[in-house]
Amino acid sequence: MNSQVPEMSKQQASAVGQPFTRNDDACHDLSIRVRDLNLWYGKAQALNGLNIDLYQKNVTALIGPSGCGKSTFLRCLNRMNDLIPSVRIEGLVEMDGRDVNAAKMDEVALRRRVGMVFQKPNPFPKSIFENVAYAPRMHDIVSRKGEQEELVEKALRDAGLWNEVKDKLHEPGTSLSGGQQQRLCIARAIAVQPDVILMDEPTSALDPISTATIEDLMDKLKKQFTIITVTHNMQQAARVADYTAFFHLGEIIEYNDTKTLFSNPATKKAEDYITGRYG
Amino acid sequence: MSDSYDQISQQLKSRHRKSTRLKYMSMGALALAGAFLLIFFADMLSKGLPAFKQAMINIEINYTEDAASNGRAAVDQDLSTIISRSVVRVIPLEMRNDPSLLGTTVQRWVLASANVDQYLKGNPVRGLDDEEKARIDRLVEDGRVEMQFNAGFFSRGDSKMPELAGIMSAVVGTVMTMIVTLGIAFPIGVMTAVYLEEFAPDNKLTQLIEININNLAAIPSILFGLLGLAIFINFFGVPRSTPLVGGMTLALMTLPVIIISTRTALRSVPESIRHAAFGVGCSRWQVVKDHVLPLAMPGIMTGSIIGLAQAMGETAPLIIVGMVAFIPDVTASFTQAATVMPAQVFTWSGEPSRAFVEKTAGGIIVLLAVLISLNAAAVLLRKKFERRW
Amino acid sequence: MHAQPDQYAWFAVVSTAGPAILLSALGAFVMLLLGSEIPTFSLLLLSLAVALVGLGVGMKFIRSDFHARRAIESVILWVLAGAATISILTTLGILISIIGEAINFFQIHSFWNFITGTTWAPGNSFLAAAGRGDGSGAEFGSVPLFAGTFMITAIAMAVAVPIGLLSAIYMAEFAPARVRSVAKPMLEVLAGIPTVVYGFFAAITVAPFIVRLADSVGLDASFNNALAPGIVMGIMIIPFISSLSDDVINAVPDSMRQGSLALGMTKGETIRDVVIPAALPGVISASLLGMSRALGETMIVVMAAGMRPNLTINPLEEMTTVTVRIVAAMTGDLEFDSAETLSAFALGLVLFVVTLSLNLVSVIMIRRFRNKYRVNNL
Repeated sequence: MNSQVPEMSKQQASAVGQPFTRNDDACHDLSIRVRDLNLWYGKAQALNGLNIDLYQKNVTALIGPSGCGKSTFLRCLNRMNDLIPSVRIEGLVEMDGRDVNAAKMDEVALRRRVGMVFQKPNPFPKSIFENVAYAPRMHDIVSRKGEQEELVEKALRDAGLWNEVKDKLHEPGTSLSGGQQQRLCIARAIAVQPDVILMDEPTSALDPISTATIEDLMDKLKKQFTIITVTHNMQQAARVADYTAFFHLGEIIEYNDTKTLFSNPATKKAEDYITGRYG
Repeated sequence: MSDSYDQISQQLKSRHRKSTRLKYMSMGALALAGAFLLIFFADMLSKGLPAFKQAMINIEINYTEDAASNGRAAVDQDLSTIISRSVVRVIPLEMRNDPSLLGTTVQRWVLASANVDQYLKGNPVRGLDDEEKARIDRLVEDGRVEMQFNAGFFSRGDSKMPELAGIMSAVVGTVMTMIVTLGIAFPIGVMTAVYLEEFAPDNKLTQLIEININNLAAIPSILFGLLGLAIFINFFGVPRSTPLVGGMTLALMTLPVIIISTRTALRSVPESIRHAAFGVGCSRWQVVKDHVLPLAMPGIMTGSIIGLAQAMGETAPLIIVGMVAFIPDVTASFTQAATVMPAQVFTWSGEPSRAFVEKTAGGIIVLLAVLISLNAAAVLLRKKFERRW
Repeated sequence: MHAQPDQYAWFAVVSTAGPAILLSALGAFVMLLLGSEIPTFSLLLLSLAVALVGLGVGMKFIRSDFHARRAIESVILWVLAGAATISILTTLGILISIIGEAINFFQIHSFWNFITGTTWAPGNSFLAAAGRGDGSGAEFGSVPLFAGTFMITAIAMAVAVPIGLLSAIYMAEFAPARVRSVAKPMLEVLAGIPTVVYGFFAAITVAPFIVRLADSVGLDASFNNALAPGIVMGIMIIPFISSLSDDVINAVPDSMRQGSLALGMTKGETIRDVVIPAALPGVISASLLGMSRALGETMIVVMAAGMRPNLTINPLEEMTTVTVRIVAAMTGDLEFDSAETLSAFALGLVLFVVTLSLNLVSVIMIRRFRNKYRVNNL
């Protein structure tokens, strides 16, 4: 089961970006391996020599003060940074043994394997049904109408939205409330059946009740998907994440299982941040 | 659970192809629009540039007794068919004005007839027989026939003789008409915009005015012509075909353009400026007059120039109010019949002779040059005074 | 004092000149309108007298506790508001002039025949107006005119919508900044060319080209075919559609595109299935505005389309349009109240109603389309 996890000595683990301990209750198959990742916006370096292993079927939270590069890092994992012309990337992001940044890697294919949920819910200007069914149909995951309906129901159920929308599947996606829209976006992402779901501060635009719903959802979804989430909210990281990485000024200062990181941070910066000295 | 990369990539191939196809199709559409523009300009230039050249013949004019009554007698019989009729026509008049000419002989460059002009420009001509063509070729060899810059095109009014027709009366008419148009549309437009933007209460009437202005901008221009005819000419008795009625009609058309651009300019002046002026005790009018309007002026000017350029190219409403008149003499009056540049183009385009096609295209080149310089001036003005708040 | 010294001065100026100018303007207006003669000299004298009275009254007002600024500003406000009503007066003027004359027309000829008749032959009406003949030979059935108008408009839209929309897509989604900075002004030049110039281009260059082209494939085309003005009108409308569409496509939030790309959609699919549907209301409204412009366009059809009313669906044949007939009716040496001249106002009325409702329809359609779009899937 754990055969893919690289053996790590204590020294390696204490190096920047490596977990000190592992949560033995969870599955730890390696999902994404990042080595010496540097990123520049024009001349300004935003990510500085990142090294991190991200594990399958876990929730990994990326925390840190604003502008520390956590969202930028997240967008490296599905190459959304390609959309910004001035961005230059060096280093290795490896998924399933393939270099994500390689020239022959098709970023469209990559994004099918790595779904994303954004800070603000962004449903398409289509019906609820179409919002979910559109991508799987384009990807030839489903073709017949019956299959589509099945898939949409499953995705909406998994996203915990089915009971609320089953009677109004053909109303526009934008007619839902903010929290429902965000769950629709999650349903849309899982309908494509990706391996990894990236979440970029998925609850920052939502009210506390919707936030709690989404957090519960993340806990359920990690049984099927690898979830990597950026959050500003340390309580949220503590609640939902199995692992947490603390970013500061484009570097990963500390990466560990969440319990250890929050109860016993190894670095002063992480401690100051967690205790609310800055951020 | 999910497909492998290779499976996905396989399926993606055709989708990527479609995506690329969309890119090249859209690029092609833009290129097509550009090609239209290129073809259009190339066509106009190739048709119109020859109009700026005119064949001239160096002839000997004998002011004889006969010539005083019949101008044709003053020139060589062989040449009389290939020079412009206008040349011989004025000879008796010349002699009457200056009796000392009698008995003298003068060498002079005179206008060749339109047929000769067209023949020398290599266009097919019907009015010349082979003998005449041979004669012209000889004259060219002798250096007595030349293509010269057609200064007359810019200094003369319209004429039924193509070699004599010029654009000057239309230029003057355009200037007069535009003076009326701007004189009405600019103050009213700016005042309306200032009222709507700075003073008007937000009530039903104001909304009605706003909807109405947007609608006016979308009404076909020919309907403004019908308004000009029915209201200005028939009701108020403004004389037909004059720059006054043309300018008034175009002013109503230009009004929405100026109002809309002035409002945009006023809106782009930040509220903080107004607050600051109110803060030092200015009244609303003083705020507008001393602070907002000066800052909005470049934008207002830009919009007005664009409106002016639009009005300058407009023809349809002017046809309805009778401004497609035949105006051989250059007269600068607001209440006499006049024509404008686009109307002159329209008049010439209706003439069947090949020489007038060239004149039409020449007039178009002049018109386009004026319009493009106006628009360029507007763009420069905007660039120069562009302010980021 | 309640105002600056110069404001008192301005108040004096306004109170002196205002009524006097108003009076003389009124006098001039009455002279023009009613044709009644008021001696210019006495009018001038009267104005001067009013000015003096105004000055006297104004001076009486000026005291240290008088709010001169407020008085002036209320005058200014009234002047500004007066300017704003001019636009309303213009619309009213158009309506009254057109409707008034159109009613005169419909008193001579039945409205029903005008709307449903298929023969437009105003030929004999001027005889009736001149007192000879009874005008019975004239027929005013506008169907062929509207058929021609819609045919040419349809050709124009068939050219302008795909090219305009695709150009907008290229500029908004694909083009590098450098291309964009060249393409936008280029399209603006296309929009700035006067219609009379387009008309010349259509008549002199495009129409003969189409005739030759049709000839080469064995078709017979008239030199006044509907295709040439239609195509050239389409070129004219391209910039209207492209620049508005470009704006709405740019207004589609980027989060929409990212949402689609993050699902593994290609750029083309994102544009086709997400961006364009989101921008569709704006694209439709741009197209309708372009269409209303095509319907009312005059010079291109006057110069390149035919004069002969012709009810046909063959675009290679000669056909005429509403605006052509309006111009034809207005440029002949006709009495103003001849039936043919009046028919121009009837045609103008229909044109006014059609273009106005097109604008309204564009607004309504956008709303309805959005609702429908959200309900139905593409």
